[in-house]
Amino acid sequence: MTETKDMIFIDGKAIGFMEGQTIMDAALSAQVYIPHLCHYPGLTPSGNCRLCVVEADGRKVAACTTAAREGQQISNNTAELNAARKAITQMLFVEGNHICPSCEKSGNCKLQAMGYYLSMLEEHYPQFNPHRALDASHPDIFLDRGRCILCGLCVRASHDVDKKNVFAIAGRGADARLIVNTVSGKLGDSNLDVSDLAANICPVGAIMFKEHGYVTPIGERIYDRQQISDVALNEHVREERR
Amino acid sequence: MTDRKIRIATTSLAGCFGCHMSFLDIDEQLVQLNERIEFNRSPLTDIKHCGPSDIGLIEGGVCNADNVRVLREFRANCKILIAVGACAITGGVPAMRNYFDLRECLEEVYLHGAGVTNPQIPDDVELPLLLDKVYPIQEVVPVDYFLPGCPPPADAFLAILLPLLNGEASPQVADRRFYYD
Repeated sequence: MTETKDMIFIDGKAIGFMEGQTIMDAALSAQVYIPHLCHYPGLTPSGNCRLCVVEADGRKVAACTTAAREGQQISNNTAELNAARKAITQMLFVEGNHICPSCEKSGNCKLQAMGYYLSMLEEHYPQFNPHRALDASHPDIFLDRGRCILCGLCVRASHDVDKKNVFAIAGRGADARLIVNTVSGKLGDSNLDVSDLAANICPVGAIMFKEHGYVTPIGERIYDRQQISDVALNEHVREERR
Repeated sequence: MTDRKIRIATTSLAGCFGCHMSFLDIDEQLVQLNERIEFNRSPLTDIKHCGPSDIGLIEGGVCNADNVRVLREFRANCKILIAVGACAITGGVPAMRNYFDLRECLEEVYLHGAGVTNPQIPDDVELPLLLDKVYPIQEVVPVDYFLPGCPPPADAFLAILLPLLNGEASPQVADRRFYYD
């Protein structure tokens, strides 16, 4: 590790950081977990899921987009912040169509794992039950927008790493939706490949591979065995690219 | 909660009875439990209406008018109401019809579906009216506790019931006991 001079303090623990690092970068390099869904180390942070909300010098900020600054006092794992994160997770659940028992992503899903981590026992808010288009036009990959949480990971992965620009988020607020950059708007007309990072990075069951259902049985999947707080400490785009 | 037996009522609304099966899966501990509890309305007793009870266990979401009636009867008669399993808590698999209009569903099943003979949408007055959506039970009545899982594992039932039997107000159940799938 490169020499670190400056320090921030997360829940009282001194953590070194380098110039240009965000609070999230510094925390992850020091193996300190700050809950997050739309952030993936190695991709440009976008700060849209807000699960990484922390209190830095008394202000609530997104850890993934806020620069670490010398001497910053940061609260992270507190009852108040975790309650806010749980409410955000519950809103993500009711906003889409997330039916874990019938979803192939169950056990590998970060939204579900976040629910476990934050002890979410129920959704609390009334469900939206949105009608969102499903796209099965691609031979190997299908897109179920009902399960999309608009984290934008596929958008950034496709743009920054795959250099294909397959996905985009269109619309704002309640009208925001994942679109495919083809004339027809269909995934089948794109050059998305199963080996692309964009096809593999979806944290939920929105972008999934066809003909691979239940290859790993329920009960033996990532978050059946490990907490998201442990798994997230070892994630990086370069690991995915090996 | 001591001298008399604790009265428990259970029902399955829009559920598959899998949660009830999981409850029975506590095996021999059911014998011990039986010394302290008695069942009121339940598929296990075949009592038709819920009388005054200490604890109500609700499996399944709310998909029709009869589910609403039964659920309200439980809420009115049970001191503590527990939502059991994914369907009670989120609507679960039956709620997958929420992505379609009710009419679309009925027409697909009873008019245009594969292998349908004598196509007609059933409208007998004996049949409970379907709701526009399948609802989680907490969208219809207030709920005291939630026991997630599809189904919740057998020991999760004990983990929530035993503290309640001992008169503890707010049972804390270990998080890792639960999976949503």
